[in-house]
Amino acid sequence: MKELEYPFDSEWILKKKKSLKRTLLADGRARIKKKIAVLGGSTTSDVIAALELFLLDSGIEPEFYESEYKQYWQDAVFGNPELDSFAPDIIYIHTTARNVDFTPNVRMSEEEITSALEERFSRLEQMWQALGRFHCPVIQNNFELPFFRLLGSRDAYDPHGLSNFIGRLNEKMYAYACSHEGFYINDINWLAANIGLEKWADTKYWYMFKYAMALEAIPPLAYQLCAVIRSLFGKNKKVIAVDLDNTMWGGIVGDDGAENLEIGQETGTSQAFYEFQQYVKAHKDLGILLTVCSKNEEENALAGLDHPEGAVRPDDFTLIKANWEPKSINLENTAQELSLMPDSIVFADDNPAEREIVRQQTPCAVPEIGEVTDYIRVLDRSQYFEVTTLSADDLKRGEMYKANIQRAQAQAKFASYTDYLLSLEMIGEIAPFRDVYLARIAQLTNKSNQFNLTTLRCTQEQMADFAASPDHITQYGKLVDKFGDNGVVSVVVGQRSKHPAAGEECLELILWLMSCRVLKRDMELAMLDGIVKQAKAAGYTKLVGKYLPTAKNKMVKDFYPDTLGFSLVSASEDGSTVWELDISDYEDKNHVIKVTDRI
Amino acid sequence: MTRDEVFDRLEEIFRDVFDDDSITLYEDTTADDIDDWDSIEHITLISAVEKEFKMKFSMGEVSGMKDVGEMVTILMQRGR
Repeated sequence: MKELEYPFDSEWILKKKKSLKRTLLADGRARIKKKIAVLGGSTTSDVIAALELFLLDSGIEPEFYESEYKQYWQDAVFGNPELDSFAPDIIYIHTTARNVDFTPNVRMSEEEITSALEERFSRLEQMWQALGRFHCPVIQNNFELPFFRLLGSRDAYDPHGLSNFIGRLNEKMYAYACSHEGFYINDINWLAANIGLEKWADTKYWYMFKYAMALEAIPPLAYQLCAVIRSLFGKNKKVIAVDLDNTMWGGIVGDDGAENLEIGQETGTSQAFYEFQQYVKAHKDLGILLTVCSKNEEENALAGLDHPEGAVRPDDFTLIKANWEPKSINLENTAQELSLMPDSIVFADDNPAEREIVRQQTPCAVPEIGEVTDYIRVLDRSQYFEVTTLSADDLKRGEMYKANIQRAQAQAKFASYTDYLLSLEMIGEIAPFRDVYLARIAQLTNKSNQFNLTTLRCTQEQMADFAASPDHITQYGKLVDKFGDNGVVSVVVGQRSKHPAAGEECLELILWLMSCRVLKRDMELAMLDGIVKQAKAAGYTKLVGKYLPTAKNKMVKDFYPDTLGFSLVSASEDGSTVWELDISDYEDKNHVIKVTDRI
Repeated sequence: MTRDEVFDRLEEIFRDVFDDDSITLYEDTTADDIDDWDSIEHITLISAVEKEFKMKFSMGEVSGMKDVGEMVTILMQRGR
């Protein structure tokens, strides 16, 4: 909904929150349901109301637990039956500078202040550790700067200043965040600065309603928090598709010639475009794919992208669509060729008319990027690519997709498909979950929609629990071939269960998914071989698998019977099916991938 | 700005905030007359009225206004 995209009108959103919610809930869109516990150090009603709108708009339907006023610490440390039975998927701790509960003064010794700091921090740490019992991600606000400074500028660097104290408390929090999985900071310190501390800390809202910040600061807070939650549940965008003329450089390359484009360091305008190119390019390292979608002759587009004063090179783009087709069609094709959903693309174009058409014809995100001086701010504040976890695979993603396109070209030359697969010299690392891959395993699990039999979403903590449990068998698959490393591409989890018909003990495959970039490589067969081997070793004789249909996973409807050779146990009216495989006489099915448990 | 004009503009805001197009305001309308008008919605309401009339209520006014008529009187003095 355009009204809920950056830049939005905060006061209007709050005024209209009831009808907005009604409209969103009536739009018929499929949403994942998530339970969010909000533990507040001040009033949280409108934080929840605004967060709900942004989440609904991001495809997540939340259910909330809201702590009683200022009971965040008590709820976390001592628990209460309502929170415990709520079983949250995410916990958000909404504390602010109002909850620091300590003000240093010039009469205190530095030791006294440091020991107060340790004491405050250990209370926080105790709370976060107590929340470990929920095995779910915890999002914690850092502290924003105070709106008054008793010591003036000295408040920042003298340990007797409150600003200094808050800075030190934040530093300790950051160190904790860097060394603990599943713990994330919601940076309200930056947000308060962005909004302006004077506006943020309109004290009337505190004195009258116990809101720690002004009402108009709440939607931006909720938006930022929503971006973190979105990212944790795999709803980040994955591609930036850029237009070229007047988006990536000033001027029209086909008319003006590459040598006359405004890009580089010569003028203010060319610097602005240069910095935007740098900003776009930096996303590559985060695993975001860059593509071009421009009405141009390809030759001209390449000449522009190869401009010696520019920050990008043609090579930085996984796909370049420079032609005269409608942009909506080029974007749909881009999604298809990358095996991604069109709604994972962000399209940046300076032309409002093109934006409007793409917005109407495709589910791509199309920000109102404004003038070249606004491009970075609008894209950045939209937080499409919020980085909650950084995995080593992210750095290589662009290359992986590019290698995929090379593989497609190689395929054309072989007599049989098996010959082609053998020529890829594939090596599969197939083994039970290892800690180093848990972040990637959770990330893949939460964003795979198409090749996903059950669409079960799991946090990294749950994955770690599966790996440790005697009643679960876990397995990841990583695939390397002569064109490059595809990284971890498949995840399977089996759980000890009763057979749905026969009642005997069996291994139920509660999770089976694979990245679409390794479709038709027999990786799924190698994964089955591995699971059967593990299942046999654990004494199982039967595997049971379910297919639970969603709007996006039709491609695996017949995966169990057609690809893996399972037979039908039962089928329901809603389209879900149950399958079984007797593994007593199982013979390995994969003959093209060399399998090892560590590459 | 006449008293009636202030009432009309206020009614619009109330209908938005409470998502109820049937709301009609009178001099003696109070929180008891509108189902969803609790302390939380009061905040949204006050903030929306302040924005529409380009003015700020004092803390005393926010908690002290006894009915819509009093709000209208304040808005006629300080609202725009």
